[in-house]
Amino acid sequence: MFYQECAHDENTPVHPVSAPDYMPMDQLRALQLHRLQGLVKRVYENVPLTRKRMDERKVKPEHIKSLKDISLLPFSVKTDLRDEYPFGLFASPMNDIVRFHCSSGTTGKPIVIGNTKNDIDLWQQACMRALAMCGVRSSDVMQVTYGYGLFTGGLGLHYGGEGIGCAVLPISGGNTERQLMMMLDMGVTVIACTPSYFLHLIDEGHKRGIDFRKDTKLKHGIFGAEPWTEEMRTKIENATGIIAHDIYGLTEICGPGVANDCRFHNGLHIFEDHFYPEIIDPETQETLPDGEAGELVFTTLTRTGTPMLRYRTRDISRINTKPCQCGRTIRTFERISARSDDMLIIRGVNVFPSQIESGLLKIDKVLPHYMIYVSREGDLDKLEIQVEVTSETLSDKIKTLEKLRSEIAQSVQHIINISATITLVEPHSLPRSEGKLCRVKDMR
Amino acid sequence: MKIQQISLFLENKPGHLNAICRTLANTKINIVTLSLADTQQFGIVRLIVEDWKKAKDALESAGHVVNVREVVAATIANNPGGMSEILDTVDKSGVNIEYMYAFTFRHDSKAVLIFRFDNPDKAIEALTAAGRDVLNEVELFKH
Repeated sequence: MFYQECAHDENTPVHPVSAPDYMPMDQLRALQLHRLQGLVKRVYENVPLTRKRMDERKVKPEHIKSLKDISLLPFSVKTDLRDEYPFGLFASPMNDIVRFHCSSGTTGKPIVIGNTKNDIDLWQQACMRALAMCGVRSSDVMQVTYGYGLFTGGLGLHYGGEGIGCAVLPISGGNTERQLMMMLDMGVTVIACTPSYFLHLIDEGHKRGIDFRKDTKLKHGIFGAEPWTEEMRTKIENATGIIAHDIYGLTEICGPGVANDCRFHNGLHIFEDHFYPEIIDPETQETLPDGEAGELVFTTLTRTGTPMLRYRTRDISRINTKPCQCGRTIRTFERISARSDDMLIIRGVNVFPSQIESGLLKIDKVLPHYMIYVSREGDLDKLEIQVEVTSETLSDKIKTLEKLRSEIAQSVQHIINISATITLVEPHSLPRSEGKLCRVKDMR
Repeated sequence: MKIQQISLFLENKPGHLNAICRTLANTKINIVTLSLADTQQFGIVRLIVEDWKKAKDALESAGHVVNVREVVAATIANNPGGMSEILDTVDKSGVNIEYMYAFTFRHDSKAVLIFRFDNPDKAIEALTAAGRDVLNEVELFKH
C-alpha cells in the first residue's frame, strides 16, 4: 500500500532508496537529534577552531539535549575554510580521507573538503535519492555534463546515476558538438548540467535542426549549480518537452544532492536526515521559524571528513510549512531566489539578478540570453540589461523591436522598481557558459 | 507576385554591417538592393538578393539570425511625379506602408520600389487593378 501511495507516477513505483524520504516525522526528529549529538561531539573533539568557539560560548557537546539546542552552536562560514586552509577543519585523520573536492574561492586559494569512505557513500545515497525523486530509474541513460574533477557536480551525479543503475555517460563539460551527437546516438533520457549550459545546447541543437521532442529521447533534466528561475523552467520545458528538475548542493556540504525538487515542484526536498536545515536572519543571526525568509544554514549530521556545524550558505530561501502532495515527510525549501552575495544595490534599491531574469522571461519568446551591467555615470547608478534578439523576436520592422524593448523595460521595472536600459544585441553575441555563468558585471 | 526580402539585426557598431556583406561576398551573392534602418542603438539591414535561400543558409551558418519577409516590388517611370502616381493608388486602397525603399536600373528608364505593406494582398490587388507593374522574382532579376 505504501509503495502504491508513494509511486512516482502511474508507471513508476517508488524507488527503494527513497524510503527515508517518507520516514514518520517523530522518528526523523529523533534520528536527527541522535546524529546531531554525535556530530557535535566529533567536531568538538577534532576541530580546534570549533572547540575554541564553543568554549568561548561555554557550550559543551552534552548541552545539546534537543534539536532546538542547535542554536547554542557557533556558525561556520566560507572564510573559515579559507583561513584554515587546507586541512584545519578536517575532523578525520588523513588515513580515513579518501577523496578531496574543492570549490574555487574568490581570492586565490580554493577551499578544500575532505571526504571519508563514509562521506562518499552517503553522498551517493543522497544523489540516488535526488535522481529517484525525479523519476530516474535503472532503464535510463544519463548524460553527465557537469564537470568531473575537483568540482563536485560531475562525480556526484555520476555515482548517483550508477547507484540507481542508469547507463551513465560521463562526458563532462564542453564540446557542444559532441554533447549533441552523443545525446542523439546514445538515446540519452536524462541530462545533468547547469541550466545555462542546457539553454546553450537547446540553441545549438535548434541551429542544427534538432527537434528535442522528436529527435531525442530526453525526459528529464537535472539542473543545478547556479540559481535559476521558475520562468526559465517553463522556457526549457516548452522548448524541449522534458521535465526540468532543480537540484541543490554546495561543495562545503558535500556537493549536489543536498536537496531536489519532486515532480510537484513545490520547492526542494531536503535530505534532512543528513543535512539539517535552518533559516536565519542574516543580520541578527536569529533562527527563524519555518515559513519565514532568510539565509539557509546547513549542519551535516552524518559527515565525518569535513563536517560542518551551522554552515551559512548565503542562499536566501524559506522552509515551506505545507507538506508536499508527494507524501514525503522531509521538508522543502523554496527555490533559491537569491544569494545574499549576489545582491546588487542600485540607486539604493536592493536588486537580485533572479528578479531581472523573471521580468525578462515574462515577455513571450524572449530567451534567457542576457547580461546585466551596472555602472556609475556621475553620481547615478546605471543599470543596463543586454538581451539577445532571437529568430523568434527578430523583426524587419524597427517598430516591433522598439516595442519589444519597451515591453522588457516595463516588465523588469515592474519587478525591481527601478528603471533599466534595455539594449538589444545580436543573436549569439553574449557569452555562453559550460559551467557556471556569470551574468552580472558590476563596474562601479 | 511577392518577393522575398531577408533582414538581419545589427548592433550599431563598426564592422557589423561588413561582417554580413563579407559573408555574402564569399558566397558570391550579389546584393540587388538594400535598405538600412537605424536607431541610436541598433539597426536592421534589409536585403534583396537573387538567391535568398542560398544567402540565408550562408548567413545562418556564419551565426547570423535571418528574418525572411515577403515584400512587394513595383516599377514606376523614372521621372518627376512617378512615385506620387503610385502612392495615389496605394493611398486610395487604404493599405499602410510599413516601410519602403527604391532603386533604379542602369540601362532602364524605370525605377523599382520595394514596399512592405501591412496588407500586401490588398495592395497588390489595388496596384494591378490600376495597371501598375508589380514584379515577381523572375522579372525583378532579369534586369
